[in-house]
Amino acid sequence: MLKDITIGQYYPTGSYIHKLDPRTKILVTFALIVGLFIIDTFIPYTYIVGFILATVYISKIPFKYILKGLKPLRIIIIITFVINIFMTQGDVIASLGPLNVTVEGVHQAFFMAIRLILLVMGTSILTLTTSPIALTDGIEHLLNPLKKIGVPAHELAMMMTIALRFIPTLLEETDKIMKAQMARGADFESGNIISRAKSLVPLLVPLFISAFRRADELAMAMEARCYRGGENRTRMKELNMTGRDVVALGATTLLLAVLLFHRIIL
Amino acid sequence: MSIKIENLTYVYNPGSPFETKALDNVNVEIEAGEFIGLIGHTGSGKSTLTQHLNGLIKPTSGKIIINDTDITNQSVKLRDIRKKVGLVFQYPEHQLFEETIYKDIAFGPLNLGLSESEVEERVKDAMEFVKLPFDELKDRSPFELSGGQRRRVAIAGVFAMRPEVLILDEPTAGLDPRTRDELLEEIKSLHSRYKNTVILVSHSMEDIAKLVDRIIVMHKGKVALLGQPREVFKEVETLESIGLGVPQISYLIRDLKQKGIELREDIFTVEEAKAEILKWIRGNKNA
Repeated sequence: MLKDITIGQYYPTGSYIHKLDPRTKILVTFALIVGLFIIDTFIPYTYIVGFILATVYISKIPFKYILKGLKPLRIIIIITFVINIFMTQGDVIASLGPLNVTVEGVHQAFFMAIRLILLVMGTSILTLTTSPIALTDGIEHLLNPLKKIGVPAHELAMMMTIALRFIPTLLEETDKIMKAQMARGADFESGNIISRAKSLVPLLVPLFISAFRRADELAMAMEARCYRGGENRTRMKELNMTGRDVVALGATTLLLAVLLFHRIIL
Repeated sequence: MSIKIENLTYVYNPGSPFETKALDNVNVEIEAGEFIGLIGHTGSGKSTLTQHLNGLIKPTSGKIIINDTDITNQSVKLRDIRKKVGLVFQYPEHQLFEETIYKDIAFGPLNLGLSESEVEERVKDAMEFVKLPFDELKDRSPFELSGGQRRRVAIAGVFAMRPEVLILDEPTAGLDPRTRDELLEEIKSLHSRYKNTVILVSHSMEDIAKLVDRIIVMHKGKVALLGQPREVFKEVETLESIGLGVPQISYLIRDLKQKGIELREDIFTVEEAKAEILKWIRGNKNA
């Protein structure tokens, strides 16, 4: 069950997309998110879908794998869909007791659901094709100009690296503790909300204890290796923009331009 | 409780680049009341196998039959299996969560739906088995204890469920030698009192040689060797080729034999070796 979470999971295939500079990929993803929010009709969606499908194809990641990343979010997507369908004012086409389904509601519901799905897909492609270290490196570089106004870019990137690094560890730990408690007869899957919440205590207490222990040990290990923040640190792998980054950024700019054209002119 | 494992195969992360075959066509039969030692290198599939035995993992293919019930069958209630098969994980002290030691040990028995008085009796009994003074410790927090004692509380939590099959995954890892010996002694005495089936996963050949009736050696997801310690420890080459060995004392006996001292070959514990060497010395004196 926990293994279904693909967010933050790296899927190495060595493709063209994988070899892109992380900064490029972050910028492209950012542009894609902006793009998803500037459009207001269905037609531009086809361009974004095309763009995402092309990226998935080039990245050689099985499409199934990306869909799996949507699974944990299906409830949010369904709730958004249902709320939009019933709560939008407009021409009523069907009634369900006090609830009215409107033409605008259906339109809005699909629009929002697609937006959410594409958002998740876009960002999962970023994390699936970029190793966590490259990702935070990219973020640090992109935030560097903001250092002048006091943004702690290095610290933020380090915190992200550590957080990402510990996602799989903590998932594994959760899985292990869950199994251990299940072996002692704990039941996480049945009962009403209150008894289910209560049944989480045997899972959460050990998990918190171990998270704190790990944090403590990590801090100690970092200090033992003389870590003292970002001052004067050099990197083993310098980031370099190459021709393929220019191509990717060009394609993205083109996509954004088309989306803007649709929004403003059409 | 007898356990029968038939053609058990398990694949982790099927269909992803991280796909690994953890168990590969495992066939084992374990009789009721046997004390089994399960050994193997890290990643040999020991832990995966033990988790299958109480239904925490569903096999990719194959069957596990516990007392004539196929637990891989969908209709079998997993809670019923877990009542009968107790599993102590590696580093079980990490799973403690209650405010008091009493409550923590009582967690399992309460989940079995036992009455308060029955639970209390079992907790008392379990604490006695792991040599924790009941009156002194029952209201203390488990987090105040030392690592070794925390381990004991966690193990008592599974003992208290009185499983007919008790599986311990490296119960002595990271303990000091004295605590280790005491703990193994406690497991042994539990076994001789309740005649339950015990499966002990361990890296220590010495512990295994001292305690178990039969040994299962796992290698790369397969059963490499299976039999009584005497039989298994004869296969020194096979054991060494898969990164394991035989008890230290066996190496000593082998070296002594090479020096021309007449000793029995199938000696795996220090006690046996002592008796045998003394016998040889006395024999020499008389000659």
